[in-house]
Amino acid sequence: MRKRDVVFAGLGILALWQIIAMIVDRSILPSPVVVIPVFFEELLRGDMLKHAAISFWRALAGMLLAVVLAAPAGLVLGQSKKLNRFFSPVIYLLYPIPKVVLVPIVLLFFGVGNFPKIIIIFMILFFQILVLVRDQALALPRGLIQSVRSLGAGRRALFYFVYLPASLPAILTALRQSVGTAVAVLYITETFATRYGLGYYIFLNASTLLDYPAMYAGVLAMSLLGLTLYFSVDWLEHRLCKWQFVE
Amino acid sequence: MITLSNLNFSYQSTSIFQNFNWQVQRGERWALLGASGCGKTTLLYLLAGLRFPDFGRLLIDGEMITRPRPQTGLILQEYGLLPWATVEENVRLGARIRSFYGADGVHAPSYETRVTRDLGAWLKRLGLDTLSAKYPSQISGGQGQRTAIARTLSLNPDLLLMDEPFSSLDALTRADLQNLTLELCAEENLTLIMVTHAIEEAAIMGNKILLLGNPPNEKVQIIENPRAGEEDYRKSEEYTELCHDLHQRMERA
Repeated sequence: MRKRDVVFAGLGILALWQIIAMIVDRSILPSPVVVIPVFFEELLRGDMLKHAAISFWRALAGMLLAVVLAAPAGLVLGQSKKLNRFFSPVIYLLYPIPKVVLVPIVLLFFGVGNFPKIIIIFMILFFQILVLVRDQALALPRGLIQSVRSLGAGRRALFYFVYLPASLPAILTALRQSVGTAVAVLYITETFATRYGLGYYIFLNASTLLDYPAMYAGVLAMSLLGLTLYFSVDWLEHRLCKWQFVE
Repeated sequence: MITLSNLNFSYQSTSIFQNFNWQVQRGERWALLGASGCGKTTLLYLLAGLRFPDFGRLLIDGEMITRPRPQTGLILQEYGLLPWATVEENVRLGARIRSFYGADGVHAPSYETRVTRDLGAWLKRLGLDTLSAKYPSQISGGQGQRTAIARTLSLNPDLLLMDEPFSSLDALTRADLQNLTLELCAEENLTLIMVTHAIEEAAIMGNKILLLGNPPNEKVQIIENPRAGEEDYRKSEEYTELCHDLHQRMERA
């Protein structure tokens, strides 16, 4: 996919939005010509930047926490048949639960502030990364492990030279697949028990202030947040896993 | 160099070797021949220190094998290369593992801290210098095995173990790599033990051929093949006769 095509697609979506807004012609659907100036004004002069920064921090913290805890756990399960046999049924049961239904419980336990939001994002990403990294480690051909062991590698060198690099694509794939869900759930958590974050900003403008252009500016900002995270993961994947993109 | 005495090994309660005795002298080239399931790969893995006998002794240079020996090189049929590393990085892997542990005498020989011949020379010797930046998915099977050979030999082994290294290659590439392996064994004074199920390969590579039958293996047949490795041996009558003889022995075994 070329960058130019992505830019054109973005312009196309804006044009479509403009056309639909002109046809609908109601205050609940302002056109991009109205929303984009409001977006920049809110970003530069209003407090949207502060809300965006807080949302970004919550998403990033949740992602990092998930990687730091899930990747080593996945590697351990992928190397130990015994542990994997013990934990597999637990993961099998917990993995498909839509974590968003746990939002009220997490809020009950952890109350207001950043922590419950980070925990929710963490829970969504944790299982995704755990499962993908474990399966990646399990799928490493035996011949590869034996060959590297015959070069003198013990447990530590195998981990460093084989298991760690092998888990990297799995981590990035898991992040790419679930970053969208994470931002969606972040929005939901930010509509309760907080006065910061883009979710709060959108909700406030929509339901209390009835400022639709500002609400749309918030929606735009949240979309850009999701896109930024997605593109960052994509960029990392191209940089760190070059071998997957060669022909 | 290698002594197996009264070695017993079973796998999932099937006895594969029973009171098995075998000796290998330094500089010999052995082919381990047999049908699949005869235990030839198991024997190679025992020598590599990746499996261990139930009873009996396995000595290499007078030492019991309790883990992969740093001076032993192992080359498998496939999957030996790291898919995320280039040809050059794959060749460098052995050296990196050595420097990861240092000369501890366990993971690397205690007398040697660095790889003596430089890796560029190995890439060149194996015709890989133009491919050094390619990933394993971008090169052919033969080039992949050349990479595995360069990686293993760059660690200066004295014993080279190969498990059907060329069986997934086309006939021309296979013959080419067989000749290359013979040359390298002579250049580096290697003791070679190659597992194969192909009679022709055993006859080309092995000065001595160990024929394994249905397990458990107790008494085995050893066939001398002194002319293997000589130029034009492939075209000689001796070679044809040996192949014929091995064929009949395998049917009986």
